[in-house]
Amino acid sequence: MSSLDDLYRRVIMDHYQRPRNKGELDDGAISIELNNPTCGDRISLQMNVENGMIKDAKFQGEGCSISLASASMMTESVKGLTVDQALHLVDLFSRMMQGEEIDTEEFPIEDIEALTGVAKFPARIKCATLAWKALEKGVKQ
Amino acid sequence: MNPWKKDFPILFQQVNDHPLVYLDSAATSQKPNSVIEKVAAYYQGYNSNVHRGVHTLGTRATDAYEGARDTVQKFINANKREEIIFTRGATTSMNIVARSYALVNCKAGDEILLSPAEHHANLIPWQQVAKQTGAKLVYMPLEADSTILLEKVRPLITNKTKIVAIQHVSNVLGTINPVAELAKLVHEVGGIITVDGAQSVPHMKVDVQDLDVDFLSFSGHKMLGPTGIGVLYGKEHLLEEMEPVEFGGEMIDHVDLENATWKELPWKFEGGTPIIAGAIGLGAAINYLQEIGMDQVEAHDRKLTAYALEKLSKIEGIRFFGPLENRIGAVTFNLDSIHPHDVATVLDAEGIAVRAGHHCCQPLMRLLGETATARASFYLYNDESDIDQLVTGLQKTKEYFGHVFLG
Repeated sequence: MSSLDDLYRRVIMDHYQRPRNKGELDDGAISIELNNPTCGDRISLQMNVENGMIKDAKFQGEGCSISLASASMMTESVKGLTVDQALHLVDLFSRMMQGEEIDTEEFPIEDIEALTGVAKFPARIKCATLAWKALEKGVKQ
Repeated sequence: MNPWKKDFPILFQQVNDHPLVYLDSAATSQKPNSVIEKVAAYYQGYNSNVHRGVHTLGTRATDAYEGARDTVQKFINANKREEIIFTRGATTSMNIVARSYALVNCKAGDEILLSPAEHHANLIPWQQVAKQTGAKLVYMPLEADSTILLEKVRPLITNKTKIVAIQHVSNVLGTINPVAELAKLVHEVGGIITVDGAQSVPHMKVDVQDLDVDFLSFSGHKMLGPTGIGVLYGKEHLLEEMEPVEFGGEMIDHVDLENATWKELPWKFEGGTPIIAGAIGLGAAINYLQEIGMDQVEAHDRKLTAYALEKLSKIEGIRFFGPLENRIGAVTFNLDSIHPHDVATVLDAEGIAVRAGHHCCQPLMRLLGETATARASFYLYNDESDIDQLVTGLQKTKEYFGHVFLG
């Protein structure tokens, strides 16, 4: 099951079992809820954005290991970034999911590199991108 | 080996270096050579539009298309061929009933009785009818095993009940609903019953006169036929009083600049060039099923479902949804706390195709307390060895995630 091991890297399972930034922010936060209507995955993302800078991000949701691990890593990555930097990461992540060679060191946390294997599982790409789509929608609000 | 599998060429291939084990027939069934060849023969030999012109190919195409209607009529024992409308699929059929019958016949205060386990295709059209007419949606209670108890439904069928809309067989639970009894009850109060037969017609003998249902919808692609073809059966007197929902060529009688009149049944509901190849393919699928015999198909599918429940129940940590007996076609489950997507991905790596998700039944998932489930569904080309493969695959899934989790 070597290709499966490319998908389910240990660091992914770690984020799945011990998600970072799980929870809710105060009422003033930007709040986005996104569903993946084909499979029932759901993410609710909250962000505090001040002066164009993402101060904090938390998420809640239901989904598979890939979607929740990706949400956990995304929230870890974007804290302290500007909106433009966050949008750049959304684009980078999207290209990574298309199987493009990208410089994963551009991501603030190295764990995200573990999600490169998802590109080889076309049916699972939408699991990985759900949280990033929520991020994109949120910062554009 | 299963005596029918050889007729399905798609099944003889490797997927991810393993022989394909196809357990997703409730989503769509595979097609036998006889269907594929019949559709190819139409395109290669007599592709032409129907019901128009006088040329030879047109006549052949018309004969084949209308012949398929006769085949469907006999298959479900409809009283008349005029009661068989070809549609794009069960979803379209149910939408025609909702728009053309219900919107006209329902008013504020009327009730539409449904099960909470309905497929979205037999739920959302009724939500729309309720919103537009002021009719109320009433839901039958489900027992702990997700079955319907007739005694508990009976008091809900009153003079206000205009429509009972229910699936014959659940695409998630595999339960067989008491359609004939519900038909009798709703007829006593002057209402009608419309049945989603998408998961029953492929697996069992469905006799619309025996069941005395007013409408029956089903899809060709779930019963060995092509995608894009379905059937709406309706009792003639109901279809007669209904207006078409699509207007255009093929469905008209006389047209002037201000007005038009419709063709007689069934064509008034078949606006535009019909789904000729699809209907011919569906006819071939029905012929294939009838050569085997629907009694034998049903016995086979029931036996496999029971075998699957028995074998899968030995896997530690498996949870089933729906009853453990008297079900057909599908077994729905979750394994430990592993998300069904992750289950399906590991199974796919073993060449085993199952469905994971909400199965177009989000309200039912909420009732079951799950966001998603895995479903293995069976048809006549499956056999016990496929289920044994599934059991092995699920054990590997447990080992795999156990290993990853323990890390």
